[in-house]
Amino acid sequence: MMHNAIEIRNLTKNYKGFSLGPLDFTIPKGCMVGYIGENGAGKSTTLKAILGLIHADSGEIKIFGNSTNEHEPELMNKIGVVFDAINLPADMKVQEVGTFCKLAFTTWAENTFNDYLKRFTLPDDKKVKALSRGMKMKLSLSIALSHQAELLILDEATSGLDPVVRDEILDILLDFLQDENHTVLISSHILSDLEKAADYIAFLHNGKLLFMEEKDLLVERYALCSLDDETIGHLDPEAIVGRRRHAFGQDLLVIRNLMPKSIKLTNASIEDIMVYIIKGVESESVAL
Amino acid sequence: MNIQISNASNDPIYVQIKNQIKSAIISGSMAAGEQLPSIRYLAKELRVSVITTKRAYDELEAEGFINSVQGRGSYVSLQNEEFIREEQLRKVEASLLEAIKGAKLAGLSMKDLKEILDTLEGVEDDA
Repeated sequence: MMHNAIEIRNLTKNYKGFSLGPLDFTIPKGCMVGYIGENGAGKSTTLKAILGLIHADSGEIKIFGNSTNEHEPELMNKIGVVFDAINLPADMKVQEVGTFCKLAFTTWAENTFNDYLKRFTLPDDKKVKALSRGMKMKLSLSIALSHQAELLILDEATSGLDPVVRDEILDILLDFLQDENHTVLISSHILSDLEKAADYIAFLHNGKLLFMEEKDLLVERYALCSLDDETIGHLDPEAIVGRRRHAFGQDLLVIRNLMPKSIKLTNASIEDIMVYIIKGVESESVAL
Repeated sequence: MNIQISNASNDPIYVQIKNQIKSAIISGSMAAGEQLPSIRYLAKELRVSVITTKRAYDELEAEGFINSVQGRGSYVSLQNEEFIREEQLRKVEASLLEAIKGAKLAGLSMKDLKEILDTLEGVEDDA
């Protein structure tokens, strides 16, 4: 019994002007992981390496315990992929997509696919190029979920979609996760609506993993507060993770249990944590 | 069973879930032996992480309110009558402690207090 969906060991990939890694992390089965970081942090490079679309310079990637160096079609059937752009011939009609995919996946489930088309009210007779961004995204997701995948990888797939569609997609992902053998890895730079349901947050910055943590622990550990400079002078410097100075005081991301009880704290979102930590790293004043 | 999550609350979400299930059990709206929703279903419906709901269930189990059977699900603990009694006893004690504090402030003796208690019990019985 294999308990991990993805294991990454010592992964590196060097481009001119950008280096990814060395990267190590493990994604257990049955969870949703939010892979976050700025544009250009290396999220897509990591995902492409996982999918075997690029060759890493070093390191090993295992999916369901199998090394991806020997890319078997069987393994690829088990991975559903949704990118920000759809990889289908532009003139193909929606109704032809199913026939096309039957050739690509040995585990293709026509009925499941048709059910998704109905659920998303995707028009049969429209060509791929005529679909809106939201529709294309839903079509991609329908394909990814119709070949009995156990691992779903979404790369910036929900960026640029309206909140209503994002909400629908969250529901679909949560349905998918009802099977405890199913795993979702979703990369994004906007997580506000999806973060609620993520089990882990992996945070990439400049090609390095800053942390991979249970989301609940992050939310418990960090908090926000707004204080004047004098009060901040009395704080344990270790408590301050990141700050934004303004003309009338400072906004801080702090470590909750290092703060005096008398100071009112508010909950920090994952986005708050991401922004303050990146600012903190860049000003080198951080204790993570 | 009703569960409401508040993101503005200072209690972590798993604590909010735990406390609401606990009060459903203590109030009797969830009976002994009754099956709880699966952690994955609960997580999906509340749109929280599976880790969150699992932690709530783990703590409820550690406190004896529920039993989890591998692969079968979680059930309200059968021996929980005792727990309910204890929990209610604790509540009564806390209320009485409040009453004693109030009585001391008002300069009432313990004898006065017991008389009040008897009178109130009579009122309650008549009702």
